[in-house]
Amino acid sequence: MKGSGKKLSLERRHNLTGWVFLIPATALIAWMSFYPMIQAFILSLQTGLGINLKFGGLTNYTRILQDATFRQCLFNTIFYLIIQVPVMLILALILASMLNNKHLRFKGLFRTMIFLPCATSLVSYSMIFRSMFANDGLVNTLLRGIGMEPVMWFANAWTARAVIIIALIWRWTGYNMVFYLAGLQNIEYSVYEAAKIDGASPRQSFFKITVPLLKPTILLTAIMSTNGTLQLFDESMNLTNGGPGQATMTLSHYIYNMSFVQSPNFGYSAAMSIIVLIMVAVLAVIQMKVGDER
Amino acid sequence: MMSKGKKFFQYAFLTIVSLLSVFPLYYMFCGATNKSTDVVAGRLYPGGYLVENFKSLIANQDLARALFNSFRNAIVLTFLALLICSIAGYGFEIYHDKGKDIVMTILLMAMMIPFAAIMIPLFRMFSTMKLTNTMTAVMLPSLSTPFLIMMFRQSARSFPHDMIEAARMDGLSEIGIFFRMFIPTMKSTYAAAMTITFMNAWNNYLWPKVILKTNESITMPMLVANLLGGYSVDYGMLMLGVFICTVPTAIVFFCLQKSFAEGITGSVK
Repeated sequence: MKGSGKKLSLERRHNLTGWVFLIPATALIAWMSFYPMIQAFILSLQTGLGINLKFGGLTNYTRILQDATFRQCLFNTIFYLIIQVPVMLILALILASMLNNKHLRFKGLFRTMIFLPCATSLVSYSMIFRSMFANDGLVNTLLRGIGMEPVMWFANAWTARAVIIIALIWRWTGYNMVFYLAGLQNIEYSVYEAAKIDGASPRQSFFKITVPLLKPTILLTAIMSTNGTLQLFDESMNLTNGGPGQATMTLSHYIYNMSFVQSPNFGYSAAMSIIVLIMVAVLAVIQMKVGDER
Repeated sequence: MMSKGKKFFQYAFLTIVSLLSVFPLYYMFCGATNKSTDVVAGRLYPGGYLVENFKSLIANQDLARALFNSFRNAIVLTFLALLICSIAGYGFEIYHDKGKDIVMTILLMAMMIPFAAIMIPLFRMFSTMKLTNTMTAVMLPSLSTPFLIMMFRQSARSFPHDMIEAARMDGLSEIGIFFRMFIPTMKSTYAAAMTITFMNAWNNYLWPKVILKTNESITMPMLVANLLGGYSVDYGMLMLGVFICTVPTAIVFFCLQKSFAEGITGSVK
C-alpha cells in the first residue's frame, strides 16, 4: 500500500518534470508563432495606412480579389511550385537511389559535391546566378561561343522565371537527397539483393521497393518544399528583384513591399498573408491524404 | 549485374550533376579574385585582383562589423535553440502521456505558419517592446522550432529506458540524466541540429532585414545584398562578399558532414 503510493507520487513527479522540460520551447512557439498569427488575422480585418488603423471588416479580402499584382504574384508562386518541386524531388530521389548502390565508387565524393550548394546562403547564390545570367555574363558568352544568340534572361518574363527555377533546383536538390539517403539507410540492403536475384530490373526495384518504403520521407520533403516555395522571398528579391515588371515577384516579396516599402499597409499585407497560410495548410492536408492512401 | 553501358551512364550522370553542383561555387571563387569586367565576361580561372576587391569591399561596407554580428547572432542562437529544443524533445518522448502528445501535435501545426504571415505582427510587437535593432529581436522568433523539437523527440525514441532506470537507481536527478547521459549519447543528432540551425541563422535574411535598421546591426547576407546598390555593380567585389559569406557555413558543413548524415538518419526513422 505504502509502496504503491510512493510509486504514484514518483510517477507524478516525473510527469511534472516532463512538463517543466517542454514549457520553454512550447511557450516560445505560442508567443512567437501562434500569438502573432491571431494578431495577423485581427490586423487583416483593419484598414488604413501606417498606424492609423480602423476596423474594415472584409474590405482587405475583397480588395485582394481585384488586385492584379496579387494575381500575378500568386500565379508566379504557384508556377514555381508545380514546376520546381516535382522536378527537384524526382531528381533527388534518382540521385539518392544511385548513391545507395553499395558497389558504386567515389560515393562519398559525389554525395559531398551534390550537397555542397546547401552551404551557400540564399542571398549568396542569388547573386552568383544573377551574375552568371547577366546580359553580358558567362551563360551568354558560352551561348555565343557555340554560335547561338545570347538571351536577355532577366528582360523576359519566362526566361527570368526559368532562371529562378534553375537556381532553386541547384540549391535544394542535394538537401532533399540527404533526407532520401538517410531514409534508404533504414531499408535493408538485402531486400535489393533478393529482388535482383529474383530478376527485378533496377527500374522495378526503384518503383516497387524504394518509392513505397521511402513514402514517409517523400511526404516530409514534399511538405517542406511546398512550404518553402510558397514562402519564397530571397530569390525574388535579389535574383530578379521581382522583374521584369512583376513577372517573377513572389507573394512574400509582394507582402514585404506592401508592409515595409513606401507607405506601409499592414492590414492589407496581413490579409494576403492569411491567404498564404490557408494555401500552405490546404496543400499540406492534401499531401498527407495522398500520402496515406497510396 | 548491371550492364557496362548502364554503369557508364550512371557514372556519367553522377559526374555531370556533381560538376554542375560545384561549378557556380568555383565561379564565385574565381570571381572573387578577378576584375568586375572579367567576372562578367566569364573568366574561369583565378586572377590576381583579390586584394583590390578586398580593398573596395572594406571601403564600401563595414565588413568586420557584419562578420562580428553574424557570428555572434548565429552562435548564441544555435546554442540556445539546441538547449531549449532538445530538452523539450526529450521531455515529449521520455515522459510522454496523452496531454503531452496533444501539445506536440499543436506545436507541429506551427510548422505550417508561413513567416510572411507573422512577420508584420512580430515587427509591431518588437517595436512596442523597443527591441528593434537588437540581437534579442533577431533571435527570439527562431529559438524554438517544431522541426528541431521533432528531431530530438525522434532521436530520444532510441534512447534506452534501461539506462534511465539505472541512472535513477544511482541517484541521478532527472535533469542530470538529460545533461550527463542523453546529450553525450546523442552527439550525432546534436551535430545535425547544429548544422541546420547554424546555417539557417547565418543565412537568414528576411527577418533581419525587417527588424534591423541601423548600420551597426548589419549581418553578412544584408551586406551582400547591399553590394547590389549603386549605379554599376562591381561583380568582383560582389563575388568576394558572397565568398566571405559562404566560408563559415561551408566550414561548419564540412566539419559536421558525417554526423549530419547520421543525425538525419536517426530522425527520419
